[in-house]
Amino acid sequence: MIHPIPSGTRDVLPDETREARAITDALRAVFESHGYGEVYTPALEYESVLARAALADAQPAYRVFDENGAVLVLRSDMTVPIARVVASRYASAAPPLRFCYFAHCYRGVSPARGQPRELLQAGIELIGSPAPEGTAEALTVLCRSLDATGLKDYRVGLGDASLFPALMASLNVPEDAREGLLEALVMRDFVELERRIGESGIAGEAAELLLEVPQRRGGPELLAQAPAEAAEAVTGLRRMLELLAPDVAARVIVDLGLVRNIGYYTGAVFDVYDPALGAPLGGGGRYDDLLGRFGRRLPAVGFALGVDRLHLALAGEERGTGALLASALGDGLAHSAPQDGAAGRNPAAPEAAS
Amino acid sequence: MSVLGGLTIAVPRGALFDGTVELLTALGVDTAELRSNDRKLLFEEIGVITMRPSDVPTYVEAGAADLGITGKDVLLEQTPQRPGEDGRKVYELLDLGFGRCTMVLAGEAGPDPAAEALRRLGVMRVATKYPRIAARHLEETGRQAEIVEVKGSVELAPLTGIVEAIVDLTATGTTLRENNLVIREEIVECTARLIANPVSYKMKAAEIDELRRRLRELPVPAS
Repeated sequence: MIHPIPSGTRDVLPDETREARAITDALRAVFESHGYGEVYTPALEYESVLARAALADAQPAYRVFDENGAVLVLRSDMTVPIARVVASRYASAAPPLRFCYFAHCYRGVSPARGQPRELLQAGIELIGSPAPEGTAEALTVLCRSLDATGLKDYRVGLGDASLFPALMASLNVPEDAREGLLEALVMRDFVELERRIGESGIAGEAAELLLEVPQRRGGPELLAQAPAEAAEAVTGLRRMLELLAPDVAARVIVDLGLVRNIGYYTGAVFDVYDPALGAPLGGGGRYDDLLGRFGRRLPAVGFALGVDRLHLALAGEERGTGALLASALGDGLAHSAPQDGAAGRNPAAPEAAS
Repeated sequence: MSVLGGLTIAVPRGALFDGTVELLTALGVDTAELRSNDRKLLFEEIGVITMRPSDVPTYVEAGAADLGITGKDVLLEQTPQRPGEDGRKVYELLDLGFGRCTMVLAGEAGPDPAAEALRRLGVMRVATKYPRIAARHLEETGRQAEIVEVKGSVELAPLTGIVEAIVDLTATGTTLRENNLVIREEIVECTARLIANPVSYKMKAAEIDELRRRLRELPVPAS
């Protein structure tokens, strides 16, 4: 007899568990070796507590009442609960504080698409270590941990959440137009961005910069070429890149248009890509204001990886499939990382031969 | 390396096909087989896959193609329009200018049954193949509506009296006129758009930017 389970949830059986466990064990070993202690927090939290963080994409979707009528939510990420832990359990501990987690988070889904409602996330939070050193440490742990899982061709897109707002401010974009422009960028719609720039009355070189700067992505040389209007964010990213080991720096794609649609990011933001998967595996960034909202002002940075997506990407790389795989290998960068076996791989996808 | 710089592009069959082929040909892609064989779906040697326009965001989001061409109507229906909204996550890179048509709200000629329904029943019924666009438009204009989703021949619904209006795409208005329907409101103009997979957009930035630059310089296809 078949008994249903809610859309977007699933049972994980031994074969999958074994493989997923190998991934999380590899991640955990790297997190622990860098001094990140594992924490568990409750899946249910008070809505009034989590609401201190402004979440957009990751709004908690499921609410229940407890016996006293208080509203409880299923957590939608681990960053906010850890901010709460730091403020309440580490109120006077000397920073920096390092935590890692492996936890299920809950997101709303559109029922027809069967998207996961329950996601296993693996990540770290580094509290009390400012940019650029803290960001560089987080990116290093990110790359070391992905290396440990055996993922070969991944790249890390790196941008700064303050860059586009700073660009708009220095180009004198009218206040009431700024939100609309940022929204078009968050919605990944450059046609709409161009339309809204025109609508706001900005013209000439300023309009050109607003449309073109967020489309710049590539090597670190982009930071040297960035316009003066974006200088502050760009200088921060440059200092941070200088701190990275060459093999970590080689993974970075500088992306001046990267914005993450989660309200608490303040500085550097990053996304993890792999050519075997059409969507990012995870991401993170700096959230220097979030801890303050919970009563302990400390700069912070962290990232979260979707364990299922990482599993999919590893399986895709292993099979040499994924439509994006073939030509991405052609750019040579995937091979420059010191990965044994990577250089000798023979991508099976057809375009590689042309 | 192929003409498209090793990129795979999702090409829509149907109304946008001719214009798309015209652009690909102008880029130097050998489109002879693409034009002559409408049963084949996968043209690996030129980096093209073909499908119906409404499937283009699906394949592009999943990474089966780096780029795709589809109508703005499809994107308005399938991609998030506000932060936090659900939908296919793709980049919209370029308005290609061809395949121009208008999303309209239309109803039977003569006295507007939708106005009467709103006045007497408080709700109007609207048939459409674009339920999200229709619901969004009616919400933004402050009308309560019941959306009836149909898969084809939307014009039939008001004629049989199951709805008071339709939301549909029209280029010339001929089909509407033939069914005694008139345009009540123009909702949005739609043209063909170039879209990109979010991972490709980052990992193949140079190739995608180069293709986009070349497309921008081409004249708008006539079809």
